[in-house]
Amino acid sequence: MPATDPVKPVTPEPAGTPGTEPALRMIGVSKQFGPVHALREVSVDFRAGEVTALMGENGAGKSTLLKVLIGALSIDAGTVELDGRPVTFADPTASRAAGVRVVAQEPEIIPHVSVAENIFVGALPARGRLFRKAELVAKAAELILRSGFGQVLHPETLGSRLTPAQRQLVEILRALTDQPRVIAFDEPTSSLADGEVELLFTLIRRLREQGVAVIYVSHRLKEVFALGDRIAVLRDGAHVGTRPVEGTSEAELIRMMVGRDLSSLYHDELARPAPGDVVLEVSGLSSADVRDISFQVRAGEIVGLAGLIGAGRTELVRALIGAEPTTAGTVTFQGQQRRFHSPRDAVRAGIGLAPEERKAEALFLQRSVRENTAAAIYDRIRTARVINRKKERATVAQFLDRLRVRTPGMEYPVANLSGGNQQKVVLARWLARNPALLILDEPTRGVDVGAKSEIYAIIHELAAAGIAILMVSSELPEVLGLADRIIVMQNGRITGELTRAEATEEGVLALAMADDLSDLVVGLQTETSGATP
Amino acid sequence: MTDPDTVTAAKNTPGEPEPPVPASASPDGAAPEAAAPEAAAPESRRTVVARVLGILTNADRVQNLILLVVIVLIAAFVTSRQPAFLTWGNLSIAVTGTIILFGLTGLVELLVIIVGGLDISVGSIVGLTSVVGALVWTHTGQNGGLAVLSALLVGLLCGLVNGLLIVYGRVNPFIATLATLAAFKGVGQVLSDGGAIGSGFSSNAIFIFIQRGSIAGLPTQLFILLIVALALAFLLLYTDIGRNIYAIGGNPTAARLAGVNINRYVLAVYLVVGFVAAIAGVILMARQGFGQQTGSVDGLELKAVTVAALGGASLRGGRGGVLGAVLAIVLLGFLENGMNVLNINTFWQNVAQGTLLLIAVIAQQRRRKERAIGIPD
Repeated sequence: MPATDPVKPVTPEPAGTPGTEPALRMIGVSKQFGPVHALREVSVDFRAGEVTALMGENGAGKSTLLKVLIGALSIDAGTVELDGRPVTFADPTASRAAGVRVVAQEPEIIPHVSVAENIFVGALPARGRLFRKAELVAKAAELILRSGFGQVLHPETLGSRLTPAQRQLVEILRALTDQPRVIAFDEPTSSLADGEVELLFTLIRRLREQGVAVIYVSHRLKEVFALGDRIAVLRDGAHVGTRPVEGTSEAELIRMMVGRDLSSLYHDELARPAPGDVVLEVSGLSSADVRDISFQVRAGEIVGLAGLIGAGRTELVRALIGAEPTTAGTVTFQGQQRRFHSPRDAVRAGIGLAPEERKAEALFLQRSVRENTAAAIYDRIRTARVINRKKERATVAQFLDRLRVRTPGMEYPVANLSGGNQQKVVLARWLARNPALLILDEPTRGVDVGAKSEIYAIIHELAAAGIAILMVSSELPEVLGLADRIIVMQNGRITGELTRAEATEEGVLALAMADDLSDLVVGLQTETSGATP
Repeated sequence: MTDPDTVTAAKNTPGEPEPPVPASASPDGAAPEAAAPEAAAPESRRTVVARVLGILTNADRVQNLILLVVIVLIAAFVTSRQPAFLTWGNLSIAVTGTIILFGLTGLVELLVIIVGGLDISVGSIVGLTSVVGALVWTHTGQNGGLAVLSALLVGLLCGLVNGLLIVYGRVNPFIATLATLAAFKGVGQVLSDGGAIGSGFSSNAIFIFIQRGSIAGLPTQLFILLIVALALAFLLLYTDIGRNIYAIGGNPTAARLAGVNINRYVLAVYLVVGFVAAIAGVILMARQGFGQQTGSVDGLELKAVTVAALGGASLRGGRGGVLGAVLAIVLLGFLENGMNVLNINTFWQNVAQGTLLLIAVIAQQRRRKERAIGIPD
């Protein structure tokens, strides 16, 4: 496999670098949805034995491009070539047969069947119509081992028992069942913690060595630089350019993506007053998923809750607000010992929660931006149970404005907003209640760089206004960049607490990883995701 | 209610967001409404235009328009053959008599479907309350007040049983009410020994009033139906209770995390269903002059679900409005009465009703462009 020329700087133009044949090439591809140009004459190629990172803000056209590649969407103009021959995939089955696969960001997992069946769904080994379970499990086990996921995935675990990270790994394995030529990963690490990310990277590097053309869609600059050979950037549906990773700076890349400079992602320049009184004091809290948790959060303080996926952070948050029963310990909120029997109690007391799974746990997707924003303040804008619409509109407008939510109007369906703006709507909902404590579970998941920076600024602003903030995040730079103090959890327990000054990525990771690997694996498998009704 | 916004909103389909202002209206993304709520005056014309256009783009509105067109067609056709159809006498007596039972139960079925549940025991509750009411009537020396009161109490009790089974027993609403459909019916049959209970209702002032009286120029039954519809529309559109009901049906997890006491709401909705079904039971008693577990109440639950579905409710919850349900009630009433007036075999009514439901729901699904994968809602 001829490698890309590592010595000379490659021309920024995508096509025609001598010596490397593109496995998949798009020439002048356009796609329109009504008045929206999702793709504008995009010409880009993806070479065999290379990882091409595909970057761009939300709405830049990355997802559309992937859908076009696998034939889930037809194209309006342009051609797609596979190994030099023009191809038209009628549907994903056709592209799959040709060896083009996409690993979806939000995997569809069948809950009541095993990991093995989930991986091979559609191509289960059978003799006649008789399903051969032993063969299936063996095949799945072999694939899991070969892919390096042996420590974190078992072929006979039920789909419903999988953590979000494990679901993502299953989705990845699905794409590997029949030797793909081109494989695209759509934000594969958004639900993975750093440990699992390493496993994935090892796998992707091996695919590259085997000559697979890898397309890697991600918002995370660090990953792109660690993994990519070249970076293709989309902005507003157009291909802005493709750069070799070497010799390209983060700043340059961000400029390409957003068309402007992001002075500082985490707004270090923003000063905040020193933290005030203790707002939340948790002491010896235990539940089915967490054990003996003790910590404090002060007014105006941002406390980060770090750890691997499945460490029990989301479960801790749920136990805190009364969404899960606790078995021991006390919660003191604003100087009063409280026992929250339901999220309602916590909300009334002055706690807001922006949950991890925005669409599943926070948004009313059939309703408008207005109703989504006002959802937690009805008790304050009603007179004898009748909602004062004037007050409602004024309050909603005020907070949409304050959080700079970009929407065509407050009656617009919330489902049509971008991830970043949806997240801002959720934040606006809680700010409208003026909470004393705001809990943010993965506040920037699936949010593009520009919106991320805005959300970070908002979090700073809220803390400066005296709100105590407890932030769960799997993105270490985010925790390190924002939090005043970092609490690290592992396997349902707190393993350490670091101040901003003493925290490093290595230090946090060391606390987050188990000293005993088997312990970690057990933890990953018994931890269920937080999506209970 | 003088707020112009409120009035416009009332004209919209209940329970659907108002149509979006076109995205191109604010290219820089700074939401005009969000930024300047007070500057509503220059916005209003465009908003009105957007709303009018919204009639053509919004799935529920299209469905209501279809219902309205079909109603007009049926009325025109039947009247051309039988001019007496569209007279006040026929509408206020015969059509009202046709729609009253499935109208009342259909309206509350809509409510329970919006909150994400289902109640197929409504027919049994109507029958059981009529039997209990008639038994109390007979055994208290024809005390009309006690008969009505006991019927209403039994209705609430039935609703409570359904609600508790679903909320605390964690039984799927379909299965839970399938079980109580049989159980309530069985109780009614045991109590009545399968026959008609009571006589002499036509000598009691309360029952005379329900059967033949009028309020504000409307027949009592039509008035009751109207009040229930208006109360429900008000609840769903103007109160926080209504908002929370849509929220629970749309996303129960999010509603719970936003501080809504889901259990209380679901329980209350089933209580309302039981209560309104009991009102229907009392009316049934007054109309036919006895309480009975069979007859008019057979298949009532299916008609109630038909009303809700024609009215735009999705069985997955979080969707639907009273206006659609009312139109559906009128349509089904016109269809049934129209066919009676024209002496068309009643068996054809079922065929027509089924066909209409299918056409309406398919049109609705086409409009919504939902993912064509798996089994739809």
